[in-house]
Amino acid sequence: MRGKTVIAGAGHTAFGKHPGRGTISLNVEAIRKALEDARIEKSVVDALFVKVPTSRFEAMYGQKLAEAIGIQPRVGGVWDQGGAANISMISFAAMSIDAGLCEVAVVSLADNPKTGTRQAYEKAGGDDAAYGWFGIPAGYAMIAQRHMAEFGTRSEQLGAIAMACRNHGAQNPSAQLRLPLTLDRYMDSPYVVEPLRRDDICLVSDGAAAVVVMSAKRAQELRVPAPVPILGFGQGHTSWDVAQRPVLTSTIAASSAKTAFKMAGCGPEHIDVAQIYDCFTIAALMTLEDYGFCKKGEGGPWVEGGRIAHGGELPINTSGGLLSETGMPGMQLIIEGVRQMRGTANLQVAGAEKCVVSNQGGMMHTHATLVLGQ
Amino acid sequence: MTEPFPAPEPTAVSAPYWDALKAGHLQFQRCKKCKHAWLPPRGECPNCLADQWSWERASGQGKLVSWVVYHIAYHPAFADKLPYNVAVVELAEGPRLITNIVNPTEQGGLRADRPVELAIQQEQGIALARFRLS
Repeated sequence: MRGKTVIAGAGHTAFGKHPGRGTISLNVEAIRKALEDARIEKSVVDALFVKVPTSRFEAMYGQKLAEAIGIQPRVGGVWDQGGAANISMISFAAMSIDAGLCEVAVVSLADNPKTGTRQAYEKAGGDDAAYGWFGIPAGYAMIAQRHMAEFGTRSEQLGAIAMACRNHGAQNPSAQLRLPLTLDRYMDSPYVVEPLRRDDICLVSDGAAAVVVMSAKRAQELRVPAPVPILGFGQGHTSWDVAQRPVLTSTIAASSAKTAFKMAGCGPEHIDVAQIYDCFTIAALMTLEDYGFCKKGEGGPWVEGGRIAHGGELPINTSGGLLSETGMPGMQLIIEGVRQMRGTANLQVAGAEKCVVSNQGGMMHTHATLVLGQ
Repeated sequence: MTEPFPAPEPTAVSAPYWDALKAGHLQFQRCKKCKHAWLPPRGECPNCLADQWSWERASGQGKLVSWVVYHIAYHPAFADKLPYNVAVVELAEGPRLITNIVNPTEQGGLRADRPVELAIQQEQGIALARFRLS
């Protein structure tokens, strides 16, 4: 599959608050912009993959969106894998195109937990609520505590991830939160669920983002101006809930990345820039380990000293990630990967030829990996 | 005034678990076919998928896998408990569960893999499987 399909276009709404707008309206805006970016007409689109809005589940959502953009997809559906869904949908789109089921796929996501409902984010942990077990941050905090206990990972090291993302986002005119972060300010940030602080936790955001996927050949025929080759993809699902997960400090991200790197014919040593899902700092740290950028347990010291900042050895989340650009679950990371490969990023990594993107969902329940090239 | 407590909602499968706690015992399920042991209660063995299993009384011994400390309350019933801990404990028999440690500052405090023992406590008439540092 290496290089057979491309991301032909990408688009997104403003990030932050969209009071009074539903997710269908947000999706349509992102799709319109992605089609404009690819310089193609809606009439060539014959597949529609959409992520279920995390903030509220709706039946037949894919059909509602297809109606709103006036198409009858040959292939389509709604994916429910949390944030991993974006890359998974791009993978299924690429495979559907390769299998001849469709030619041009739109992959989209929208969410409005900031001004709409947050019911899905604050739910109690079933009967475990009797023990005070609530909310998504606690699951990541439970994992972070075990990582600290097993490997000696320190708060300051989680802070290095928060600082890199926030300082990149501060330079991104489109970012929702443009407030640089110092280590002192990070360490003064209040605990939400210890050991995680407010600044370890992603933003809550309304918005939408979409990409157009097609074969490299079709992109040439349609004269798409800046197609970005998809070199590899993979996914995997850890599935077990945090309490039942036999190992808390690594996830199936490792096999997801292995699959994607194998398809791409490269390894972590060939990656110039990375967009790593940072819903919580600990998730990004463990993903860097699981992807093989460093050894398991060495993520803490590895992220210190500016290595992951722009200008460092492996800049991550160059548009700010979920901690700064938008808390939207993941498509914005893919779009920044597209910009880096086109050479049009705001914080462009000079000479970058390969970018890896990670997406994940739940409390590290799901994972997907994408390798982009030129 | 006491805030409403998020009480468990026992099902046909989980009711015996909560009833046993009320009677002073922690129990888990064990598969009759492959001998796998598990919690929380479910109708089929997650290892071999068999629906033949039995309840087994736990020794009450376990170890602390990990823990967190809440500094904000996600539910009004927990506002006056802040800061409070929630932990994952692995029973000597294998199953893991979400719980609270009742004496988190005693015995040198919370540390990974520390031995813990069952300390059932009542919370608004509900028996909960909490643990104490041994």
